[in-house]
Amino acid sequence: MTAQVWRKGLAWLAVFLALSVQAIDTETLEDPELRARYETITFELRCLVCQNQTIADSNAELAVDLRNQVREMLLAGQSDNDIRDYMTSRYGDFVLYRPPLRRRTVALWFGPAVALVLGFGVLWRVVSRHRAVGPAVTGDDPG
Amino acid sequence: MTWRSASPALVVLALIVLFYRGLQLGDPGRLDSPFIGKAAPRFDMPSLFDESERVVIDRFAGQPFVLNVWGTWCPECYREHETLLQIAKQGMVPLVGLNWRDERGKAMAYLQQAGNPFTMVGSDPDGRNAIDWGVYGAPETFLIDASGTVIHKHIGALDWATWQNDFVARLPSGAGAQVVEKRP
Repeated sequence: MTAQVWRKGLAWLAVFLALSVQAIDTETLEDPELRARYETITFELRCLVCQNQTIADSNAELAVDLRNQVREMLLAGQSDNDIRDYMTSRYGDFVLYRPPLRRRTVALWFGPAVALVLGFGVLWRVVSRHRAVGPAVTGDDPG
Repeated sequence: MTWRSASPALVVLALIVLFYRGLQLGDPGRLDSPFIGKAAPRFDMPSLFDESERVVIDRFAGQPFVLNVWGTWCPECYREHETLLQIAKQGMVPLVGLNWRDERGKAMAYLQQAGNPFTMVGSDPDGRNAIDWGVYGAPETFLIDASGTVIHKHIGALDWATWQNDFVARLPSGAGAQVVEKRP
């Protein structure tokens, strides 16, 4: 009896989980390979109206239109890069969730790593200075 | 105070300056069009008033023209309508309308009632032409020069001052409008 209830509960849970990972898209592509590419691409493109959502996540009309565009380009046999180029040539790099490495995005790509290295450098210097002076330095430090 | 004890404060100050400047970069909702300075994409759509007729970019080749993206669902489009009528009256350039994701009947009724500033209006119910132009909101207004290059894009409602400063100033003086055809 209880086992049956559990099994039922688990089945429902599975259904809800499956639903929650589904994008809101209503139209699908028959071919599983195309569908996989479609899902990858739409999760990488930004909806320009609701800027912090991908076009896969968004219900905005523009997102629907952009998804249709992606679907049609896939059915027409265009490559993933063709589709990305199509989008960036119209909406700029901003449409990509993963910005390309360019001169103006160098700081974006490498800034955090540089900051991390600098931080460790400062930390190392502070620690080694304290070691050299000895652990007694705690109170008045005239600096 | 030595250099060393001041450095954390300097780092914090530098960050404040950096972030403050980031705030000044402008509205992230307004994206520059990648088409500025490049050849205009095509449009080819049925005319709003006569489905058998097509509104095609080729009809405007060799002359500057303005493409205005609008819809009756867009409140800002109502706000700029008076300016569009004035632009049409000034008659410097043909004004081409792209009726985006709209209901044909509603759009026609609106233009008949409020006045039609457009030389031609195309109907783009599925947004196909709008996407080709990188449109993401309405109203958007593009200026295309005689060589077919997009030279300016305005996002949001147009007012007369913006029209004069950002559009007329970019046109060769005395750009005569070859109005192709005037609809009701």
